[in-house]
Amino acid sequence: MQPSFFDGLRPRIAAACAGALLAAVALTATGDDNHAIDEIAKYREMLKDGNPAELMEMRGEELWTTPRGPRAASLEQCDLGLGPGVLPGAYAHLPRWFEDTSKVQDAESRLVTCMTVLQGLSVEEATRNWTKPNSDIEALVTFVATKSQGAAIDAPALHPREAEFAAVGAELFFRRAGPLDFSCATCHSQDQRRIRLQDLPNFLDPKSAQSSMITWPAYRVSQSAVWTMERRLIDCIRQMRAPDADYLSDAVIALEVYLQKQAAGGVMQAPGIKR
Amino acid sequence: MSRRSRITVAAFLALVATGACAADPTVIERTEEIVGRSFSSATADERKTRLDQDEVQALCSMHHNQPPEAAALRILELSRSSLRYPPEGRLMGDWKEGEKLASVGTGGHIGKIQPDRPGVRRGGNCYACHVLAPKEIAAGNLGPSLAGYGKQRGTSPESVRLTYEKIFNAQAFYPCSHMPRFGSNAWLTPQEVADAVAFLLDAASPVNK
Repeated sequence: MQPSFFDGLRPRIAAACAGALLAAVALTATGDDNHAIDEIAKYREMLKDGNPAELMEMRGEELWTTPRGPRAASLEQCDLGLGPGVLPGAYAHLPRWFEDTSKVQDAESRLVTCMTVLQGLSVEEATRNWTKPNSDIEALVTFVATKSQGAAIDAPALHPREAEFAAVGAELFFRRAGPLDFSCATCHSQDQRRIRLQDLPNFLDPKSAQSSMITWPAYRVSQSAVWTMERRLIDCIRQMRAPDADYLSDAVIALEVYLQKQAAGGVMQAPGIKR
Repeated sequence: MSRRSRITVAAFLALVATGACAADPTVIERTEEIVGRSFSSATADERKTRLDQDEVQALCSMHHNQPPEAAALRILELSRSSLRYPPEGRLMGDWKEGEKLASVGTGGHIGKIQPDRPGVRRGGNCYACHVLAPKEIAAGNLGPSLAGYGKQRGTSPESVRLTYEKIFNAQAFYPCSHMPRFGSNAWLTPQEVADAVAFLLDAASPVNK
């Protein structure tokens, strides 16, 4: 197989990321290129009306502004790092150290803090169904991330606790374990690599790291759901044959700190749309 | 001394011996502490087999897969001593079985979010990373293309043995290779490794068409 053939196929496939349709194409691909192009064209047609994540964004806005929980409070005073209620650019500056919780927090863990502190919800209520489509946290993260569209990722991890998380995140990135010896670096430390036909970002390369990080959270066609960065990372960890990483855990947040640092300067385009 | 701390000590001795220092020991300690409390649903057995590292994994991790000489030699030694062979000594099995293994990417997924269905087949998933049969276009490129592997190498006893050992444990040749140590980690049986050898080397295999 000549590399030029793959080179031609890859952009079309990457551009369309056509979920169920594409999965079927990829699995049965035997050189019937025209068929693949037809299916992808059909899929593009389906998406002309916009990214389904916009529905989540709207639902997230409603959850942000509606008084909820035992305290009947909205989230409009939630401090995501730039001050109470300041949304533009906030996602692009996360994760960061928060004095009030004494924790390095990402958008997701910070939203949970706001839901528990401001609204009086329990952590269980705030994160209910976080692995399933249409969860409250998924909608809120989508809404918050959308407010950073056009903002450059700027989470340099300068605070000592942030720096520690960045260093731990780097070690986690390379930490091999389990029956297949996988780490993040197995798939994400070389340029222009693929699993089967799926392109893989190289997080050691700033441009490639940016192109990935600016698009999360993203609507995943194969899942019919918006996946947050934590959801994405926890699934990578599952595919590495590790046990389920805890949602909002320090391991996941440390990885995010490292990845955001690698992606510094990338201009946010979330919500993205992916396979 | 626990298994993990024995490994950590051994890994650090190898690290000190080389004079190289890829990662700050306190950062590694902190990383292990965070791993220890970020997987609260894991059972004791899952921690041992899925999260704790053996010596090779610890060495490759701390050196970010670029081991200095002393660590590389230690990895080669450990990997070579873990090679095992099929009971009957036949290192080249059935290429058709090997072909099946090459496409199977399931097996070994645990946890509550999306575990494998019970009894699902565990495969080698070779196509995820390698071109094998040229007719299969949906092949990954994390590893080198192996199209025509047997045509180039033939089926001499040396060629068969080398191919078997590389699949069984690639790190017996390439320390910190990204490739899973399929045989040494008991992910594939020696017989399955022999089937994969046949898929690569057998003249009748689509890899060599």
